[in-house]
Amino acid sequence: MNTLLTQTHDGLRDDLALISNWITPGARVLDLGCGDGTLLAHLQRTKNVTGYGLEIDPDNAIACIGLGVNVLQLDLDAGLDQFEDNSFDFVVMSSALQEVQRPDQLIEEMLRIGRDSIVTFPNFGHWRPRLSLGLRGLMPVSKALPNRWYDTPNIHLCTVRDFEGLCRDKQVDIVRRHVVNHAHRSNLGMRAFPNLLGEIALYQLRRTVGF
Amino acid sequence: MAERRSHSVGLVEPQTLHVDTPMGLDCGKTLSQFDLVYETYGKLNAARSNAILICHALSGNHHAAGYHSEADVKPGWWDKCIGPGKMIDTDRFFVVSPANLGGYNGSTGPHSLHPETGRHYGPDFPVLTCADWVRSQDILRRALDIEQWAAVVGGSLGGMQVMQWSIDYPDRLAHAIVIAAAPKLSAQNIAFNEIARQAIVTDPEFHGGRYYEHDVVPRRGLMLARMLGHITYLSDEAMRAKFGRDLRAGRINYGFDVEFQVESYLRYQGASFVDRFDANTYLLMTKALDYFDPAYATGGDLAAAFAPVTARFMVVSFTSDWRFSPARSREIVDALVDAGKEVSYAEVTSDLGHDDFLLTMPHYVNSLRAYLGRVADEAGT
Repeated sequence: MNTLLTQTHDGLRDDLALISNWITPGARVLDLGCGDGTLLAHLQRTKNVTGYGLEIDPDNAIACIGLGVNVLQLDLDAGLDQFEDNSFDFVVMSSALQEVQRPDQLIEEMLRIGRDSIVTFPNFGHWRPRLSLGLRGLMPVSKALPNRWYDTPNIHLCTVRDFEGLCRDKQVDIVRRHVVNHAHRSNLGMRAFPNLLGEIALYQLRRTVGF
Repeated sequence: MAERRSHSVGLVEPQTLHVDTPMGLDCGKTLSQFDLVYETYGKLNAARSNAILICHALSGNHHAAGYHSEADVKPGWWDKCIGPGKMIDTDRFFVVSPANLGGYNGSTGPHSLHPETGRHYGPDFPVLTCADWVRSQDILRRALDIEQWAAVVGGSLGGMQVMQWSIDYPDRLAHAIVIAAAPKLSAQNIAFNEIARQAIVTDPEFHGGRYYEHDVVPRRGLMLARMLGHITYLSDEAMRAKFGRDLRAGRINYGFDVEFQVESYLRYQGASFVDRFDANTYLLMTKALDYFDPAYATGGDLAAAFAPVTARFMVVSFTSDWRFSPARSREIVDALVDAGKEVSYAEVTSDLGHDDFLLTMPHYVNSLRAYLGRVADEAGT
């Protein structure tokens, strides 16, 4: 059991609770693909953060409004040009990286807009997807990757090693990494073999100075 | 009748605020006295914290909801959205809807008699701006003894007044709801307005704006202006769906009479507009639209213009609106984000065009209902 999870977050989904722990009080936060606004509502309440969620789905956006979260109904694939350099303390993208057209460009945009970026994604390098594809020859379906190949929103699945390769190529500092299982729990094995045993990966990123 | 009115504010009666303190206008002139006509719906709570101001669009007036008499066939212009349990819920809010200065059947305007000369103002009525309207609405606010609007709400030209409110009287509104608007008109928008104005002023019956004294109205000009306007309020798709290229007589007649259904529709819209609208008012309202540019004072920097804003914003646009497209609404949103203000933005998928804001698409209604629900909770109502 990871010590980070011992902090109470009133029933907040565990991955969001982990992200919350990484965010400093009073920060200005941009949450890309913010869903129903749970994370931002929680951060507003407990950490006095300000900011906006970006969300394309109207029902999710309405849920955000109902929670008192500032939500902008915008398409991440249309780019983030309208946001100025360094205008946020944190830019968060939870479980949306694999759904966008150009994850590499979006990460660069996140690093441009925010001092810190927090990214989470399902790890395709986990042993279960490997097993499914390697032995059974079937596209994996699991709790972390619940969609079938034909109806999945995921168009850019990657592994922990792939992602870290991208960070290396782009000279992005990995400030923190955390891998968990589908129940958002971590253990020693996952820390030792994140690419094989981690189902969901969480990263805090920063632009390398001079980049 | 009872069924029709079950979700209606019911019978309403306009009220008049007479102001005899002179009010300076942006154009440099002063109105020595004037009337503001308004309607209210719902009840003001004990804390006087649940008042919503409705700013109307170009052809609107004080009659936003309900009926004036039992025999009234058509309700107010925004009746679909204002009423008990509706998007702007009169069970929770006290809604105030004024007619703007310069209007045609309520507040003092060009048709009114000049208090000194006893003649119709006509072309002597001063040119107005959104800021002038907002100033007069603030006089109404004080007269109603309302410290702060829970929200100021408006679509199109009304949305521009909402922005002006947030900048000019930051402490006087908690929320600003801007629907189907733009931070300023484009050259194309101004061009449409100018054609409409030229249609009016070149009508032989315009008489330099003194047509009241000749007991005529520049019908043809006003009708053309409305026909043009109407095309810009509807989307290409909406017109195609409604009329296509349907022929009235079922065949082509190779003449210049009405042949296509859409021609018939536009003539009807134009003609009915003449009966309920004043040509001088049309000139004034379109000019106010053209002039609106809150960033003018800050060298074109809209974010800087929004610097004093404390209101929280909700901005809504419609995908088929090409008069004020979603891109124009996003300019407002971007400037508010740059200025570090609180804003939410909904882009509603729609078919009809600019006039969508008068309707009740679920995404639109549910977004504003959720937003106004929070506003009402905050207002303690």
